[in-house]
Amino acid sequence: MSDADRSRADVPPMLRAEGLVKTYRADGVEAKAVRGVDLRIERGEFVAVTGPSGAGKSTLLHLLGGLDRPDSGQIRLDGKRVDTCNEARWAVLRRRGIGIVFQFFNLVSNLTVADNVELPALLAGSTPRQARASRKELLAELGLEGKEGSTPAELSGGEQQRVALARALVNHPGLLLADEPAGSLDSKGTREVLRLLSRFHQRGQTILMVTHDARMASAADRVISFFDGRVVDDATLGGEGRRTSGVADVLELKG
Amino acid sequence: MRLPLLALLAKGPAHGYELKLALEKLLGAAYPQPNVGQIYVTLNRLEKSGLIRGEDVAQSSRPNKRIYELTEAGHEAVRAWFEEPTDEPRVRDEFFMKLALAPETGVADQISLINRQRRHYLNTMRDLSKLAAAEDRDNRVAQLLIEGAMLHLQADLDWLERCQEELE
Repeated sequence: MSDADRSRADVPPMLRAEGLVKTYRADGVEAKAVRGVDLRIERGEFVAVTGPSGAGKSTLLHLLGGLDRPDSGQIRLDGKRVDTCNEARWAVLRRRGIGIVFQFFNLVSNLTVADNVELPALLAGSTPRQARASRKELLAELGLEGKEGSTPAELSGGEQQRVALARALVNHPGLLLADEPAGSLDSKGTREVLRLLSRFHQRGQTILMVTHDARMASAADRVISFFDGRVVDDATLGGEGRRTSGVADVLELKG
Repeated sequence: MRLPLLALLAKGPAHGYELKLALEKLLGAAYPQPNVGQIYVTLNRLEKSGLIRGEDVAQSSRPNKRIYELTEAGHEAVRAWFEEPTDEPRVRDEFFMKLALAPETGVADQISLINRQRRHYLNTMRDLSKLAAAEDRDNRVAQLLIEGAMLHLQADLDWLERCQEELE
């Protein structure tokens, strides 16, 4: 983005993608996972991308987090072009600007909970004392006090995902990406993760979450329906003027 | 409304307003609140059909209240109700009729119908999540009612995805 562009737009969106395309080739067969996606996410929004498995929604999230490269299209994070970044630059971005949580947590298995959370803070340049303070604050917030010395294998799935959330948020990234964050959790763990995402969102955290679970999606302010590599609908939830009798209809019992 | 009222009376005699409060307490805020007039009308009909028996009780400062109890026929009706399996909901679906008829009429597009319906379901899902959060955590019956509604909606949303796959 040029300086002239920057002065024209007061506040750039947190994330802007234009014309994203990604095609996978395996055994000479092409599979188009993402076929021309435009996306704009404002600061403070909580957006869910939902759709059937195989629709390409995880690929989209991987492109936006720099874990995979688009064939074409542009990505801007906080107004800055990032699709042109090299591997090293993306690694820095994922440390400071973007936090990511995955379905299977991806914690470092031979590090303690405390070290899993402090490591990205240290890598981003925090002093050991700052890293420890941030870790303590986040773990307390996420109800994980007393688990500092545990290894990931000693925790339940829900607890591991909370550690992953702490790790993703320890450097206060502008954008949190979540890829099926409750995909491997039971219903209690799911509710817990959802409650925490909503809480961070209420404090201003921008979140983009990919999920096939409508209950998860409905916690977001905006739900993008992804289908066959394309956005087929983009709906703001909780808007005014809509019919509210839906709940009673759904709950009506016979008798 | 008939059978839930009979079932509540299986516990012991009660008057109309007590029954309304008992239903509300049991089912929580998610269930459409019964209107007290409807309850009195239903009790009246149940009495006429011999399933319950009413008796007026004098109150010093207020009008008499009528206390109802189950008759033997009423007990039998409650037993029969619990023994019968219950029809699954939504065998007829108005949205499905719209979807099926849209191409014939030329006034609506199937994919737009699906998208609009999905938005509606997602908003309902959101309302249910809010209700679940507002409802007393310990009211397990009310929480299960809401969870059941959410699972139905999830199935409806999955089915919309199938429609989109087939019709896109």
